[in-house]
Amino acid sequence: MDTEKIDRIIGKHDSEASSLIQVLLEIQSEYHWLPKEALERVSERLQVPLARIMHIATFYKAFSLVPKGRHEIHICMGTACHVRGAPRVLDAVQDLIGIKPGETDLDLKFSLETVNCLGCCALGPVVEIDGKTHGKMSPSDTAEVLKNYD
Amino acid sequence: MSGILLQIDGRQVEAEEGMTLLEAARKEGIHIPTLCHHDKLEPYGACRICIVEVEDSGRTKLVVSCVYPVEEGLIVRTRSEKIDRIRKMILELLLAHAPDAFGLQDLAREYGADRNRFEKEASFCIHCGLCVRYCAEVKKKHAVGFVDRGIRREICFVPEVAAKECWDCKECFPLCPTEALQAAFVLVEAFTGEKT
Ligand code: SF4
Ligand code: FES
Repeated sequence: MDTEKIDRIIGKHDSEASSLIQVLLEIQSEYHWLPKEALERVSERLQVPLARIMHIATFYKAFSLVPKGRHEIHICMGTACHVRGAPRVLDAVQDLIGIKPGETDLDLKFSLETVNCLGCCALGPVVEIDGKTHGKMSPSDTAEVLKNYD
Repeated sequence: MSGILLQIDGRQVEAEEGMTLLEAARKEGIHIPTLCHHDKLEPYGACRICIVEVEDSGRTKLVVSCVYPVEEGLIVRTRSEKIDRIRKMILELLLAHAPDAFGLQDLAREYGADRNRFEKEASFCIHCGLCVRYCAEVKKKHAVGFVDRGIRREICFVPEVAAKECWDCKECFPLCPTEALQAAFVLVEAFTGEKT
């Protein structure tokens, strides 16, 4: 981990304790997780106790205390997507990359999560990869799309 | 002194602005059970056992006395059939987590709570936050905090801080209504267990 990079992120927010969540979000998007050393640095620089940082870092799903893959796959399991076949899409993805929701593969290529509604039910089943929304996905469409990532 | 007059269990009580119902009642020697309250700590309102009935302009509502501020003319009842029923339920839910907790037994007897009513899910911690808040507010050490949320919420010591601060303090242990078991257990785990 590169302390300077962390310091730069903290500096961007004027080392304000009230920017804690913003700082954590930036570290998360930079490293795809919150390394412990980074949290210790944040704690020191923002003068926020580590216990409180842990509370926040474990509270929000946007944060991860274990390394995540380079690409994050979110499969919507909301009611609309569910009835339109999301479970089959999920099964296909699980088979294809060999991980279950909440897990990351060994090459740190993909992390898989299910979500409970992405807010675009008419497009269901919806799969979101790195923030890009793919609508009306069948298991085979999904397999095709995943080929584009490495 | 600008006193606020209210009635608690039929008694005329004078309180000061900013006091909570619990403080006003205690000042008069009226007992309200509490689990998460501590005089040295900020009101927290986690356990809900201190619930009371208040009547304000003819309407009755249930409020949590340790966080509810006194108001002129309030009529407060600290015991009623309804309150007893609610406290019994709260205790039964807490007992599912900490069936043998010392701090719960007397209350359970008083309110006739059945420790076997709900399937046991012994986590020992009842999330009163006394340990966490005491460490933060009084000791200012932040050695222990809550992590995760919902049904997975639990207390967790920060190993680095705990290693420095806890051995000579341990002041939170006797505060724990579930006999510090959890605190002791998690502390040991923080030292010997896998470091995060
Ligand atoms: S460990 Fe004990 S004192 Fe700490 S929150 Fe749980 S029940 Fe309360
Ligand atoms: S003592 Fe009031 S909520 Fe716990």
